[in-house]
Amino acid sequence: MKRILLTSLLSAALVLPAAAFAQSDPALDARLKKLEEELRCLVCQNQSLADSSAPLAEDLRREVRGLAVQGKNDEQIKEYLVARYGDFVLYNPPVKGITWLLWFGPFVLLAGGGVIWWMVLRRRGRKGYDDDDAPPPNAKAVAAGVEKARALLDDPRA
Amino acid sequence: MKTLRLLLPLAVFLIIVAFLWVGLYRDPREVPSPLVDKPAPAFTLAQLHEPGKKLSTDDMKGQVWLLNVWASWCVSCRVEHPLLVELARANVVPVIGLNYKDRNELGKQWLAQNGDPYKISVVDADGRVGIDWGVYGVPETFVIDKNGMIRYKQIGPITTEALEQKILPLIRQLQKA
Repeated sequence: MKRILLTSLLSAALVLPAAAFAQSDPALDARLKKLEEELRCLVCQNQSLADSSAPLAEDLRREVRGLAVQGKNDEQIKEYLVARYGDFVLYNPPVKGITWLLWFGPFVLLAGGGVIWWMVLRRRGRKGYDDDDAPPPNAKAVAAGVEKARALLDDPRA
Repeated sequence: MKTLRLLLPLAVFLIIVAFLWVGLYRDPREVPSPLVDKPAPAFTLAQLHEPGKKLSTDDMKGQVWLLNVWASWCVSCRVEHPLLVELARANVVPVIGLNYKDRNELGKQWLAQNGDPYKISVVDADGRVGIDWGVYGVPETFVIDKNGMIRYKQIGPITTEALEQKILPLIRQLQKA
């Protein structure tokens, strides 16, 4: 009995450190990698947390992993970082009053461009340019010229 | 209509110029902290000079104080250090040092060489408390009021300008409150 107990204790001692290091769970790694790519490193601002090798980024990755191991979901981890570093850590800033222009400004510009385009097209249409079916703008003068030439050609005196 | 057509590109140009002009004077590295006007994150940390003793944020309740994040490896900490020493000499406000991701012996040596403006320095060797305080660029300095609220954050070295125009007036105002 004693021997069995001793053997099991010894084998546990062998297995336990391995269990402690068995944190490299591929599913967790993939999830964290995806999450870290959506987070901005504060030191080298144009890199994501996943890409950066700055010491702070390493600390934050460790922190994020710790939170994930504790069972926090992606939203909770993001909230944790936003509470400390602000929306700046998110590559996808939330839609709210101050970011309204950021999110919708491009669409406003696009709509403005569309309005200008429509106005230009309408003006051209009215003048008759670029419209194959409509007679050219100087149609009357052309017709008058043709008429005049015909009259001259038909003149029996010529 | 014709004048509008002439003025519109000019107006667009001026708007772009205005944005770029303002952008010239803004530091993209300065990320506004969400912690300003929020309660200071609590910590209880060992003191640098007396590792047996601890200091906690609760010990500072009831007074206005500064938290200065520093490290012996931090180059720009040397820039602001004389100002902190002077501030400590004037005895306006207690300055607590957060020795961030440093080694104790190096930190102590650095203070011995450059002067120690800190009432107490506490040790944040792994940077965990730094993360709670949203520290990303040492040095950083926080002004905390009597109720334990962060009222101002200086990112990067304290300048004479920032000290005279923002930090000192704010401290006086908070001390009266």
